[in-house]
Amino acid sequence: MNAKAWKYLRKAAFWLLVAVIVLFAVFPFYYAILTSFETGSALFEVNYLPESFSLINYISVFKGQPFGHNIFNSIFVSFLVVALSLLLGVTASYALARVKFAGRGLLLITILSVSMFPQVAVLSGMFELIRGLGLYNSMFGLAISYMMLTLPFTVWVLTAFMRDLPRELEEAAVMDGATPWTVIRRVFLPVMWPAMVTTGLLAFIAAWNEFLFALTFTLTDDKRTVPVAIALISGASQHEMPWGNIMAASVIVTLPLIVLVLIFQRRIVSGLTAGAVKG
Amino acid sequence: MADVVLKQIRKRFGPIETIHGVDLNIRDGEFCVFVGPSGCGKSTLLRLIAGLEDISDGELRIGGDVVNDTVPKDRGVAMVFQSYALYPHMSVFENMAFGLDLAKHSKDEQNARVMAAAKTLQLEELLDRKPKELSGGQRQRVAIGRAIVRKPRVFLFDEPLSNLDAALRVQMRIELAKLHEKLNTTMIYVTHDQVEAMTMADKIVVLRAGTVEQVGTPLELYHYPANLFVAGFIGSPKMNFISAKITQVSQQSVTLKLESGKEVSLPVDGSGLATADRVTVGIRPEHCSIADQDTALFTGTVEVVEHLGEAGLVYVRTGSDELFVARVAGDTAIKTGETVGIQAAEQDCYVFDTADMAKRRLAVDNAPLKAQMALN
Repeated sequence: MNAKAWKYLRKAAFWLLVAVIVLFAVFPFYYAILTSFETGSALFEVNYLPESFSLINYISVFKGQPFGHNIFNSIFVSFLVVALSLLLGVTASYALARVKFAGRGLLLITILSVSMFPQVAVLSGMFELIRGLGLYNSMFGLAISYMMLTLPFTVWVLTAFMRDLPRELEEAAVMDGATPWTVIRRVFLPVMWPAMVTTGLLAFIAAWNEFLFALTFTLTDDKRTVPVAIALISGASQHEMPWGNIMAASVIVTLPLIVLVLIFQRRIVSGLTAGAVKG
Repeated sequence: MADVVLKQIRKRFGPIETIHGVDLNIRDGEFCVFVGPSGCGKSTLLRLIAGLEDISDGELRIGGDVVNDTVPKDRGVAMVFQSYALYPHMSVFENMAFGLDLAKHSKDEQNARVMAAAKTLQLEELLDRKPKELSGGQRQRVAIGRAIVRKPRVFLFDEPLSNLDAALRVQMRIELAKLHEKLNTTMIYVTHDQVEAMTMADKIVVLRAGTVEQVGTPLELYHYPANLFVAGFIGSPKMNFISAKITQVSQQSVTLKLESGKEVSLPVDGSGLATADRVTVGIRPEHCSIADQDTALFTGTVEVVEHLGEAGLVYVRTGSDELFVARVAGDTAIKTGETVGIQAAEQDCYVFDTADMAKRRLAVDNAPLKAQMALN
């Protein structure tokens, strides 16, 4: 075989690999969209191309349960989690990256180790805490418990990012008469946007998809977030699984994430690589 | 407008003391340069004056007020950093107005002051640009502008020119000197480059390992270095040192025998020295000349010849560990491997005692030096 043929073969192998990866990543979602447009017995026939089209599932998912309310709950909780995580993350990272104090390294390790505990291990303790605070069956209870999932990586990423900001930048601001809060707000925040978009989006996804806490800490339908609501969608009888509705709901809740990621994808990449290479 | 007075200033980082009791008096309107090798504490000293580091011990006065515990913005000082440290997300105008905005000056006042500074520094065309759209020299000017608009009592410069290329550095050096003349404000300038120190300073402070080695005008340091360290640090290429033994000593002259066997009598105050003491003789490369081997102070083999164009540097092996450097005419015909004799005028030689302290030279006759000394 000559060199040219080898070249084409290598190229073909590369694209085959890409195709497999894309298929693996996208196919489940594609199949969910396909199914969500089908009704009746068509749901249970295996087909890979659209055969029928009906929006009935999308309508009925809002009728059978307070799904609109659930979506609002999810949005509210997720935005609250992002806002709180970034506020606490930025202020904490300023202290951890810029202020010298005893036990700084230990504190950073402790924060990281929080993320090592599986959710199930802290579930009962967290339940007591939430109930003790009177936040059971409340959006705020959910938001606070989600901080356990989002704060460790938020603080770590932002601390690493802030450590790489030149010290002279802060000192120049101090000479200009800036207090630490002014330094954070008017000098560091604008410079840290890429890192904040990245961590904010990851926090949003974590809060949006969270299931276990949402299931445990809410009681009534109108307080549930979307993942729990979807899992609890029930059919007319005990033996019927309303796959059409479930698929329609899944597609609805996935779309916001896709839109967000598409909007911010350039920022995410620059945020993830910032600090590795000065630019 | 303010003088800066340091009294027994000390700085400790944990148990390690890096500044060992510095006393200094910088007059109002003076251009004072801190110079020394890296790690000598010159930047730390500047940061102590700025208020970016806490003073461990001693007293710092700016314009008569003790400011040890005053926050930086209330000290009336402005600082220009080595990396410029411009705010990357702000335009040139916003960069310069930031401090004024924080001090709650009115928009009109901010505008007026920034415009005035921009005019001085020729930044008017660039006010809307972001720092990343500026060249190194322009960024440097913005950093200086940011300091000017605050109308500080004292300007602090932390190696501001070291990130610029050589040609721009010379240009900015002249601009800074002109700026000082125009503003007539006290300026403290840190550099490791002795050329910058010599060309810009009214007063040079030579630092080594956290202590002041000598304070003086540029030419004072050149002609009357207090010790071996200052003598070696000021001047380029650095001064040559050769050892010698005293044969005769008086208050007007010292006669000594070089290792080559040659005996010379130097016009130096010999008090404190005794016959048979071993001393060090310092000769600057620019004071050397090539001479016949029988009249020369000593002879040696040429190892390297560097042609700089206007002059040549000849590196001579004389038997000691270090090469002896002589600055000769640019059209010199000396070649590697030749044996040459080195000569220097008696009044151009320096003598250092066993403790490396300089002996007073008595035959220095230099008009600019006299002018500088008269000013002080």
